[in-house]
Amino acid sequence: MRIIEHPIIEFKRGRKIHFYYNGKKLEAYEGETIAAALYANGIKILSKSLRKGRPRGFFCGIGKCSSCLMKVNGIPNVRTCITLIKEGDVVEDNDMVLPEKEYPECKFTKLNTDIAIVGGGPAGLSAAIEAADYANVLLIDENHRLGGQLIKQTHKFFGSKKEKAGTRGIEIAKELEDEVRKKNIKILLNTSVIGYYDRGYHFLVAVDKMNRTVYEIKAGKIIFATGAQENMLLFDGNDLPGVYGAGGVQTLMNVYGVKPGNVGLIVGAGNVGLILAYQLLQADVEVACIVEAMPKIGGYFVHAAKIRRCGVPIYTGHSIKKAYGNEHVEGAIIAKLDEKWNFIEGSEKDIKCDFICLAVGLSPTIRLIAQTGADILFINEAGGWVALHNEYMETTKPGIYVAGDLANIEEASTAMLEGKIAGLHAVIEFAKNDKTKIMEKIKEYMEDLEIFRQGYFGIRPKIAKEKIWRKYHEKMGNRRNS
Amino acid sequence: MKRWEIEGIVELKDLELPNEEQLRKGVAIIECVQEIPCNPCVDACPTNAISMENINALPKIDYEKCIGCGKCIEVCPGLAIFVVKVNEKALISLPYEFLPLPKEGQKVKALDREGKEICDAIVKKVKKGKTPVITIEVPPQYAMEARNIRIA
Repeated sequence: MRIIEHPIIEFKRGRKIHFYYNGKKLEAYEGETIAAALYANGIKILSKSLRKGRPRGFFCGIGKCSSCLMKVNGIPNVRTCITLIKEGDVVEDNDMVLPEKEYPECKFTKLNTDIAIVGGGPAGLSAAIEAADYANVLLIDENHRLGGQLIKQTHKFFGSKKEKAGTRGIEIAKELEDEVRKKNIKILLNTSVIGYYDRGYHFLVAVDKMNRTVYEIKAGKIIFATGAQENMLLFDGNDLPGVYGAGGVQTLMNVYGVKPGNVGLIVGAGNVGLILAYQLLQADVEVACIVEAMPKIGGYFVHAAKIRRCGVPIYTGHSIKKAYGNEHVEGAIIAKLDEKWNFIEGSEKDIKCDFICLAVGLSPTIRLIAQTGADILFINEAGGWVALHNEYMETTKPGIYVAGDLANIEEASTAMLEGKIAGLHAVIEFAKNDKTKIMEKIKEYMEDLEIFRQGYFGIRPKIAKEKIWRKYHEKMGNRRNS
Repeated sequence: MKRWEIEGIVELKDLELPNEEQLRKGVAIIECVQEIPCNPCVDACPTNAISMENINALPKIDYEKCIGCGKCIEVCPGLAIFVVKVNEKALISLPYEFLPLPKEGQKVKALDREGKEICDAIVKKVKKGKTPVITIEVPPQYAMEARNIRIA
């Protein structure tokens, strides 16, 4: 299952170590997650559903869903997809009952910062880099490394030189991380922010579960850049192990060098689905086909052309009807859709595959921002529920900012620009003499954003942003008037 | 709706093609037919043959200025640029991001835009880099069809 040679990525595996899975001694490499190590050992069932005991494999691969929860060294509900494996780890099936006490003993640490940034992806990192010149910055991420989802993007970015066009996502992640590490920024990795409290000041509670540490953080301002999560799709058998979020497969394959299977079916011909198909081919994994419910390909034509000339078919106007298999995907039934999105009887095709990737869009991860009391609204064009914000990325809760996919499902390039804007605007009051300079920089980034959103693919995000800004100003206007 | 929108396969009528003389010297064929925010090809061109009205516009190539150097092949994030030179044989330079890389002199299969084998091809040049560029030789009638290779 491990990828040894890859045309783009060099997998630098750490020391060989051992761990125990339900009493069995297995091999792993330092630097990989528990889920990746299990997967490389052929273990694809990571948990069972609580009520019916149905098997679950991993789904999102980035710590956002709950299908990989296991007990590690006696600690229950560990997200094995983002937790690094260590020598001698004891990994077991989660107990089927909730533990009485999840944190028997933990350390409490108090922190105080001008700016807290939640999420170390393109938006959070860019915000940190800009803000650190003017204020104390604390950057928190629940992964064991920085970079967010850039760390699995092996394709070259679009955009202009300024937005690092032509550079691969994995290289951009490295550049941003290097810049962050050069600056005086306090970084907490493996740490999940689990609560926001308004105590007359902004207060966060964060947890480093494996180290049993709780952080109590007092922050002048907070920038939330918690990203997005993969959407589920309703079909028979959608909880079978082997049905993955597309991003989860990218993580497994491009970050940890473990193949998701031998033959894949991809649902969704947006950019994520198209790029994933290409990356699977690069990892020497077969792609049976891509099905797309819409009558035309949703992602960039150039991404589609790349996989078409490798012989991968794209069936537009088709969707997945069913996934089948005994405790794991063994195949899928796809079928044509009519104008009313119903399956056309008799159009079914049986596709033999051992995994299925869902690339049917993302939704902003709003659970934290929703706790702050910032106004949240469902905006279809933005990908779901989003926090209303202004042009400077500040929400209706003063001092609370959003950036990146959390603020509207878009691109890493726009996430970086939004992060910069949020980071700069949040520090204006800390910057004594540089206010004009900061405003000029913000203006420049806003213009870059505007240019980026001008084309065909900018229509949807542009509509989303305009709605978000308008609703923000309506809310704030009403508040001022009342 | 155009075929490329539904199938991801561009047709020659959707492209602005060079004339015979230009093809003889070898020029870049930019198979970029959809407006996306992207312009590295413009910056990469040493003779300023590629231009764009704005970052979302389609690239325009001046085949008179193009010297067929292939710098744009490597930088195009969409892997959508090919250099085609047609004399008795056709030479096609294409981006290839798979392993193993072919060897110079190796016989491979040329594939069309649908991934179908269309003819034999001989690898003339392998330029390693961030995106390797492979130059193959095919019969001239396949100059505008061969866009990928398969190593048998």
